[in-house]
Amino acid sequence: MTVAPEKSDVDVPEGYVKLTIDGEEIVAPKGELLIRTAERLGTVIPRFCDHPLLDPAGACRQCLVEVEMNGRPMPKPQASCTLTVADGMVVKTQVTSEVADKAQQGVMELLLINHPLDCPICDKGGECPLQNQAMAHGRTDSRFVDKKRTFPKPLPISSQVLLDRERCVLCQRCTRFSDQIAGDPFIDLLERGAHQQIGTAETADVLDAASHTSEPDSASAGKSASAGLDSASAGKSASAGGQPFQSYFSGNTIQICPVGALTSAQYRFRSRPFDLVSTPSVCEHCSSGCAERTDFRRGKVMRKLAGDDPEVNEEWICDKGRFAFRYAAAEQRIRRPLVRNVETGELEETSWTEALRAAADGLAKARDGKGVGVLPGGRVTLEDAYAYSKFARVALRTHDVDHRARAHSAEELDFLASRVVSDGGPAGGGVTFSDLEKAPIALCVAFEPEEEAPAVFLRLRKGARANDVKVVHIGQWASPAVEKTFGELLACAPGGEAGAVDGIAQHAPDVDEALRSEGAVVLVGERAAEVPGLPTALHRLVERTGARLAWIPRRAGERGAVEAGTLPTLLPGGRPVTDADARAEVERHWGLDPGTLPADPGRDMTGMLNAIVTRDLDGLLVGGVDLDDLPDPALARKAFDAAEFVVSLELLPSTVTPYADVVLPIAPVDEKSGTFVNWEGRRRPFAVTLDGTGALADCRVLDTLGVEMDTDLFTQTSDAALGDLDRLAAATARAAAPDHPSAEPPAPGDGQALLATWRQLIDDGSLQIDEPALAGTARRVVARMSRATADGLGDHVTVSTDRGSVTLPVEVTDLPDGVVWLPGNSPGSKLRATLGAGHGAVVDIAGGDR
Amino acid sequence: MSTSEKAPLTPVLTKRWLSPQSWRLETYEKLEGYTAMRKALSAAPEQVIQMVKDAGLRGRGGAGFPAGVKWGFMPKDEEKPHYLVINADEGEPGTCKDIPLMMADPHALIEGCIIAAYAMRSHHCFIYVRGEALHPMRRLHAAVREAKQAGYLGHDILGSGFDLEMTVHAGAGAYICGEETALLDSLEGRRGQPRLKPPFPAASGLYAAPTTVNNVETIATVPSIINGGSDWFRAMGSEKSPGPKIYSVSGHVERPGQYEAPLGTTLRELLEMCGGMKDGIPLKFWTPGGSSTPLFTADHLDVALDFEGAAEAGSMLGTTAVQVFNETVSVPWAVMKWTQFYEHESCGKCTPCREGTFWLAQVLERMVDGRGSEEDIDTLLDVCDNIGGRSFCALGDAAVSPIQSGIKYFRDEFLALCESNRPARAAGTVASPEPVPGSDSQAAQPVGAQA
Repeated sequence: MTVAPEKSDVDVPEGYVKLTIDGEEIVAPKGELLIRTAERLGTVIPRFCDHPLLDPAGACRQCLVEVEMNGRPMPKPQASCTLTVADGMVVKTQVTSEVADKAQQGVMELLLINHPLDCPICDKGGECPLQNQAMAHGRTDSRFVDKKRTFPKPLPISSQVLLDRERCVLCQRCTRFSDQIAGDPFIDLLERGAHQQIGTAETADVLDAASHTSEPDSASAGKSASAGLDSASAGKSASAGGQPFQSYFSGNTIQICPVGALTSAQYRFRSRPFDLVSTPSVCEHCSSGCAERTDFRRGKVMRKLAGDDPEVNEEWICDKGRFAFRYAAAEQRIRRPLVRNVETGELEETSWTEALRAAADGLAKARDGKGVGVLPGGRVTLEDAYAYSKFARVALRTHDVDHRARAHSAEELDFLASRVVSDGGPAGGGVTFSDLEKAPIALCVAFEPEEEAPAVFLRLRKGARANDVKVVHIGQWASPAVEKTFGELLACAPGGEAGAVDGIAQHAPDVDEALRSEGAVVLVGERAAEVPGLPTALHRLVERTGARLAWIPRRAGERGAVEAGTLPTLLPGGRPVTDADARAEVERHWGLDPGTLPADPGRDMTGMLNAIVTRDLDGLLVGGVDLDDLPDPALARKAFDAAEFVVSLELLPSTVTPYADVVLPIAPVDEKSGTFVNWEGRRRPFAVTLDGTGALADCRVLDTLGVEMDTDLFTQTSDAALGDLDRLAAATARAAAPDHPSAEPPAPGDGQALLATWRQLIDDGSLQIDEPALAGTARRVVARMSRATADGLGDHVTVSTDRGSVTLPVEVTDLPDGVVWLPGNSPGSKLRATLGAGHGAVVDIAGGDR
Repeated sequence: MSTSEKAPLTPVLTKRWLSPQSWRLETYEKLEGYTAMRKALSAAPEQVIQMVKDAGLRGRGGAGFPAGVKWGFMPKDEEKPHYLVINADEGEPGTCKDIPLMMADPHALIEGCIIAAYAMRSHHCFIYVRGEALHPMRRLHAAVREAKQAGYLGHDILGSGFDLEMTVHAGAGAYICGEETALLDSLEGRRGQPRLKPPFPAASGLYAAPTTVNNVETIATVPSIINGGSDWFRAMGSEKSPGPKIYSVSGHVERPGQYEAPLGTTLRELLEMCGGMKDGIPLKFWTPGGSSTPLFTADHLDVALDFEGAAEAGSMLGTTAVQVFNETVSVPWAVMKWTQFYEHESCGKCTPCREGTFWLAQVLERMVDGRGSEEDIDTLLDVCDNIGGRSFCALGDAAVSPIQSGIKYFRDEFLALCESNRPARAAGTVASPEPVPGSDSQAAQPVGAQA
């Protein structure tokens, strides 16, 4: 133990204070909590309720220390997780204070008296803060000889979160997370005193139905309480009591639970922490690029956890990122190449050699005929996208490449080329997650943050809570994201977004004014491609106001694909195809003869499909595209049917598989290395999690296919691909800004409505298969419309086009009249596949029977 | 109210209680009612605060914080609305002063509220009444209605330009809601659990606006200070604890009830006022201010019951709820009952109080049942040490004070209970989980204890 030095030579900068902890002087920023200052000194004070990203609670009392202010000791030990540092404070932690040490041991003993000794069967055992801290700061024995509090276990908080109440130390991290971070306060404390417990409206019903087991002299309590559990599962479907714990972020409560009280239905009892191998990884779902930790055992991924990246996702991820990974281990996964037997018409397993030969021959033939189009899909890594981009240009000699397996437009191409690609990312002044936290205003246009990029939603909410970021949404209704970002809705008809943006100065002068202030940001989603004139209007808006613009697509690979040039108008590095110097540069780099690259842009996705139908294109090279995601699935099926030759790079059988002549299996993200470029333009590299499975990345498959076609892509590995891409210095020329006319949304006639739609985070997406617990937390699938629109329809509405119809329960919502909102790809509401219609389309509505 | 020749009863708050229909506005107005507020409204708010400071009025809710100083914490500006909240959640075991006051003289509280609200620039006053106190709540509602009709509440009170709304709010029966920040949470419609401080209510209280929470008796005292002046007020009680105080005496005395006497009155004097111990059975132990204040014994008959006197003698003045127990009562039994109360009322927010009271109650129940051991006494004291001063709010401190003081003064009784268990344990007999009729355990539950 050191004695505080008499004379101090430590400088205290402005905004800082100097204090002494265990005899050591330390300078700390004003407002810092003592527990963190001590941590910087290397003294870890035990804690349960404290979490750096949650508001202080001071509930568990585990972090007590002795504090002296102005030479006077404070009469009681203080909770270091709630006390902020002050100048001249003298603190003694458990290291130097017997009082603090005894207080901590005392609290630990109290926490343990009612804690079951079920560590050997508890998921948390081995990585449990209670276990670890009890070993470090607890007594060796317990003096408690009386009756422990017990509860029936577990209670389902939702389909994927289970609660063992007797393990709970009531630190309230889960309730505070849900309330503060996610904004889904469906989980809360119930009862009081020793009966206090975490619960939801549904578990509260259980409490009403059953007496407590903890009544010391009630012998029958155990029985009646387990009856209560039965009624909980029975009442699950009814849920009359209130809202279930419905949150896209509920998995985080499991991760931050300092004991094993909250466990995941998916992972419960599956493995022991010390049997797992952990690798840092990056989420493959949305464009946020959240840091994750993937834990696997014996070649099988057991779970994913949120990684800690303060610049991106902090310590949170959404439930889709956490739970949707079983697709890679699905039974139906394609693990061997398939070639269609010309005689039987069936796909048959074959060797790589034979499959590559067949693919190369077929592609070469089609190329030499009318040509081959390339559809890489939006889930590729930067390296894979680059391989597709290069393969198209070098092996197939075409710019007919488009990764946009969704609604798209020529205007969007101009927008991406002029405003998005090669904007330099965070280093080049692009909008970042951190910017969202302190922007004076964040205007979301055709973008549903909670559904499309949950990490963006969390930052917007954090900014709104902490820094009064004004979040304005141009959309159709006050969705949960609008409410939870304390946002303002500027409602417009679907398809009318361009007009709404153009008219901001008139109809929302305060928003216009705020957009002119330093740090203002505009966030636009991929739905903008469906609204004619919207990209142009956004360009005008940011030019006029000086606000910064960020494009936040839904899929993880979209931004990287734009950078890699898997677009008919762009070469890698944002080089316009039409720019002769850019083409020459790329030709030199790729070792092509000058003039090899066509001077005109290629066809976009729809262009390619139409060309196939009209016999102007012969072949297709497809990577992970679902035809039902395309703007016109019927056209797509027709085209794929008509195509002379189709090569599909796939993980799982898809809607493309029946049309494929050759299917080449590729590796899921867990089994390859690579880089996602998130919406910020930030590179998110990740290494292989499961090594040696034999699965090949797209870039490797394409490289080999290239060799079969006598070209060399130099993309054998993702490192090689990235190196090749990075040797192409960033483009200097910039494409012209989009300048397309907007259109008034059509006026729906009698019995018609305008369709508004976007996808829900948890829906029928193909990466969410085999995960029933996750599916159970999806939002209800309903049709939303205003009271006036719903008038006379009854409980259900049937929405139809000439292709088909969808019938859903009606939920009256604050939509503009004459608009109906449906989820895009949820059970019973697959709009592209069923209606062939998207956002802004005119649909028929009628009362529907169910 | 009984009077005695010797005992210096000072009916200030209680002076109207025996008048017919004392709760009516008419009665109140006849007996000086609503005269103080006229004076206060004609003075500046600062002057009113100064007057309360000069009088040295200390909070009557238990902590004894100087009321004038507390009022002075309220911001001078009115950027946000200011709130005055009256803590009428009287629930401390043994305490019975606010409820009779609101029953007998609700207008005194209302007049005090008007003066206090005026002094603190508050235009909305909430009275948070314990949910079980239905009758006083009705009286309060009626009184507020009367006061409003008479122009003492509402817009432009008596032409002074001062507006005040008053809301009487019913609690839902939680002891913790007597803790001021838990009360505010409850008043806002949330779970009644104490809030983290800072921010203190004066900075961010009800609805995050500046708020002062005062006890009923404190506020009801204010009109008499305005009318009588600080010198008159200071003529009663001691230098640091001036003024009259309602002592609610209960238990084994001849005439239990509310006795208003100057602060510093001793139990000996109070016993004289109440006609002595019931049936002459000698005093064994007593609480000076409710169950949360450490016990006193017959040795403490002459302790001056003011804030300083009680503290010097090792207890606290608390709410001056004097619970008197005679020799028929088992201390471990009484301590067990109190501990069960705290276990039941612990809000559950913090570990020491939630888990600690759960444990203490079980140990005490076991001891009283004759199944304790000497080590249990040490465990009790050590667990008390791990709760007291370690919990989130003062409920934890309160919960351990009967145990600590009970063992301090009556360790022998606890030991005796363990002794009775010794032969059985030595013989290797398994202690019976249920109390056996006729066994030693009955000795621990004397008949008189339930009286």
